[in-house]
Amino acid sequence: MILVIEQTLNGLQLGVMLFLMAAGLTLVFGIMNLVNLAHGSLYMVGAYLTTFFYQQTGSFALGVLLGLAGTLVVGIVVELVALRTLYARDHLDQVLATFGLILFFNELVAILWGRTAIYASLPPALTGHVELFANLRYPLYRLLIIGIGLAVAVALWYVVARTRLGMLIRAGASNRTMVAALGVNIRLLYTIVFGFGAALAGLAGLLSGPIYVVQPGMGELILIQVFVVIVIGGIGSIRGAFAGALIVGMVDTMGRAFLKPMLATVLSPSAADTAGPALASMLIYLLMAGVLAFRPEGLFPSRGS
Amino acid sequence: MTEPLLQVRGLTKAFGALRATDGVDLDVRGGETHAIIGPNGAGKTTLIGQLSGMLPPDAGSIRFAGEDITDLSAPARSRKGLARSFQITSVYREFSALDNVALAVQAHAGHSFRFWRPAHADPALREPARKVLEEVGLGERADVLAANLAHGEQRQLEIAMVLATGPRLLLLDEPVAGMGAEESQRMVDFLATLKGQRTIILVEHDMDAVFTLADRISVLVYGRIIASGAPDAIRGHPDVRAAYLGEEA
Amino acid sequence: MRLSARTWVLVAALLLLAAVPPLTALAQQPFYVDLFRRIMIFAIAALSLNLIMGYGGMVSFGHAAYLGVGAYAVGILGHYGIHDGWLQWGLAAGASALVAAAIGSISIRTSGIYFIMITLAFTQMLYYLGISIEEFGGDDGMRLGQRSQFGGLVDLAEPVSFYYVVLGILLVFLVLGHRIVHSRFGRVIQAARSNEPRTRAIGFSPYPYRLAAFVIAGAMCGLAGALLVNHTVFLTPEFMNWTRSGELMFMVILGGMSTTVGPLLGAAGFLLLEEMLKNRGLLPAWVYEHWELYFGLVLVFVVLFAKRGLASLIPSSGKAGGD
Repeated sequence: MILVIEQTLNGLQLGVMLFLMAAGLTLVFGIMNLVNLAHGSLYMVGAYLTTFFYQQTGSFALGVLLGLAGTLVVGIVVELVALRTLYARDHLDQVLATFGLILFFNELVAILWGRTAIYASLPPALTGHVELFANLRYPLYRLLIIGIGLAVAVALWYVVARTRLGMLIRAGASNRTMVAALGVNIRLLYTIVFGFGAALAGLAGLLSGPIYVVQPGMGELILIQVFVVIVIGGIGSIRGAFAGALIVGMVDTMGRAFLKPMLATVLSPSAADTAGPALASMLIYLLMAGVLAFRPEGLFPSRGS
Repeated sequence: MTEPLLQVRGLTKAFGALRATDGVDLDVRGGETHAIIGPNGAGKTTLIGQLSGMLPPDAGSIRFAGEDITDLSAPARSRKGLARSFQITSVYREFSALDNVALAVQAHAGHSFRFWRPAHADPALREPARKVLEEVGLGERADVLAANLAHGEQRQLEIAMVLATGPRLLLLDEPVAGMGAEESQRMVDFLATLKGQRTIILVEHDMDAVFTLADRISVLVYGRIIASGAPDAIRGHPDVRAAYLGEEA
Repeated sequence: MRLSARTWVLVAALLLLAAVPPLTALAQQPFYVDLFRRIMIFAIAALSLNLIMGYGGMVSFGHAAYLGVGAYAVGILGHYGIHDGWLQWGLAAGASALVAAAIGSISIRTSGIYFIMITLAFTQMLYYLGISIEEFGGDDGMRLGQRSQFGGLVDLAEPVSFYYVVLGILLVFLVLGHRIVHSRFGRVIQAARSNEPRTRAIGFSPYPYRLAAFVIAGAMCGLAGALLVNHTVFLTPEFMNWTRSGELMFMVILGGMSTTVGPLLGAAGFLLLEEMLKNRGLLPAWVYEHWELYFGLVLVFVVLFAKRGLASLIPSSGKAGGD
């Protein structure tokens, strides 16, 4: 039982991290109709910059701030320099061009910090455990991530639903030509939205550093899962990104934790040993296939587009 | 009394609050040329979309040659003999005129899981295609790339593709759209030659074409048919004059 | 019979390829047999992708999966002591066809960006499957005990013999591909890409044709995978990595989509560029040590400015439908 609760929390934690990534990606796709594979690179940049600044300044808070700001800057530069020309192109071009960017960023990071994984440490204050209830001690840091993720979700909801910027975002998502025709500075809007997405990706990256590995190519590992989230949730929809992220986070975590023991009850231990992890790693893709079979637009498709 | 070739009952299609098709009933008899007219925004293209199978209706039924086709896909309806031309020219721009029509012929020549023999040299496709092109007056332009044809010629190509499928019912969505006076006249003359041999539903704005070709006219306003009958009856109908014809008739 | 310039280039390229082994033997540079054999294997893979992506407009970001399936078919059979080449290569193509049928049946119901993402996700699924099965090496991969055996017919361990086998298969697939594209089937595929509403309106339902093309392309790529594993004598799940899929897509674009000669030009261009950038003798350290950096930039550049590919530099016959 304890194990179930612990894994549920782990699933939630993975879910909110996926949400941070998915929200940015789905916004950029919904509004600018841009497929950005290099989104994973921004995640990586966030992790690297934060680790770097933390080591340089000795202050975790400063590291986070500078890391986030740095990722935002990198994102905006990339948008201005490379991505503007891609808005008008078709998706194949966008996929391939941003794929080239991935190679570029991976190598750039390797040049600056080497190819081997670097260690992203936590400040002592955050390394403890919290006693949730009898017998369950859960890492403080992971709880923090869940908290931050949910806070961002609420903040994002507020911005999109209640502010003028959010209104422009929703309008742009359903009819971008109209928004441009109404005299809104579309270029600025696009840059702002992209910056948003980059910051979210950077945040996810810096949060993940201490838990997962920080190495070139780390962005791609999570990017595919983010794609699955978006397809399940519905491209262009933040609500879909949230639902999809939680579902994927839960299914993946639970699957990895419980599938092998569950299979062991019906199969031989050695068969379960192989089939368990294999099936667990395929689980979210099977889920995606299932969702697509019944609702090809995803669970919460955004209207319009 | 034979059943009408096409029987539409209670067809409804809404886009949010907008009822583009609002309970449309329509009968089209075999061999007749039936025009559908109406002001801009009346829902004519939406109606054609539902008749051809591209757009699923929210409610209502469509019967064609005694069969309920409401749930049939567009390709299936085409195979049953229902052919459609598009208001905005929709041909294969990278293929020649001949290849365009040959594809239409191919679609109705059994299945196309043939992997070896080159299609462009196949006389079973080329000959019928050439014949149809000559019928519509594009015989000379058979080998020209569709993208390089004049606008009027592309509209003729559309009609050729429709005819090449050997249809029982032609759905023509503004066939003379964007054509100059001379080209329009040629198209109308051509369509007149089809009268009686084929059943045609004609959506048009050009009133000369409509009154020349139509055996019967239905008037669509805000998604509803407000009048339906012989051209003279429509010309004189007070509601129609009010809604649409105004000073034109 | 008048042939287009592109056909002449293709013939010349094939003749050149046929001449590589004797020429390199003369120059005593056997490395080039290896290099060009690799190029030809990827040309076959690119050719299969061109069928669905170039002509069919189906941007499959998961095509490398079939390289993996084909390679693993050979590897797994070999692992259990079955080295018969016919069996191995037959399974490579057959298993790939099945996997393509499964993936395609779901993916092809979608289009556009969904299709790209879904094919990507399915490839990753296979990749993780490959990693997690320890029996076949997990993420370290496994070595091929011996190459596919064809009895007295040919010995693949002999580099030049293997080279000509690959050349032969490339030739067969070039012809096959060309016939398929220009057949009635190919017409439907191209029509569906060119103008889908029109295609439905004249009476074609694109789905079965697209699925068939997808399966054929998968099977072809599976055979390329079998060839690849015989070439490298080592296989890892990296064969199916999505970045490998991206590389295949780049080869198709670089060479020129929907042309017969494109895939060969693209594979050659891509791999030769890679070799050049990595060449220690040719370039300074700051280039070859970080060649991926420049490679990435070149790829971005090609997509943005040279999208019609190398084949567009050669005049075509002007006939509709390519080549």
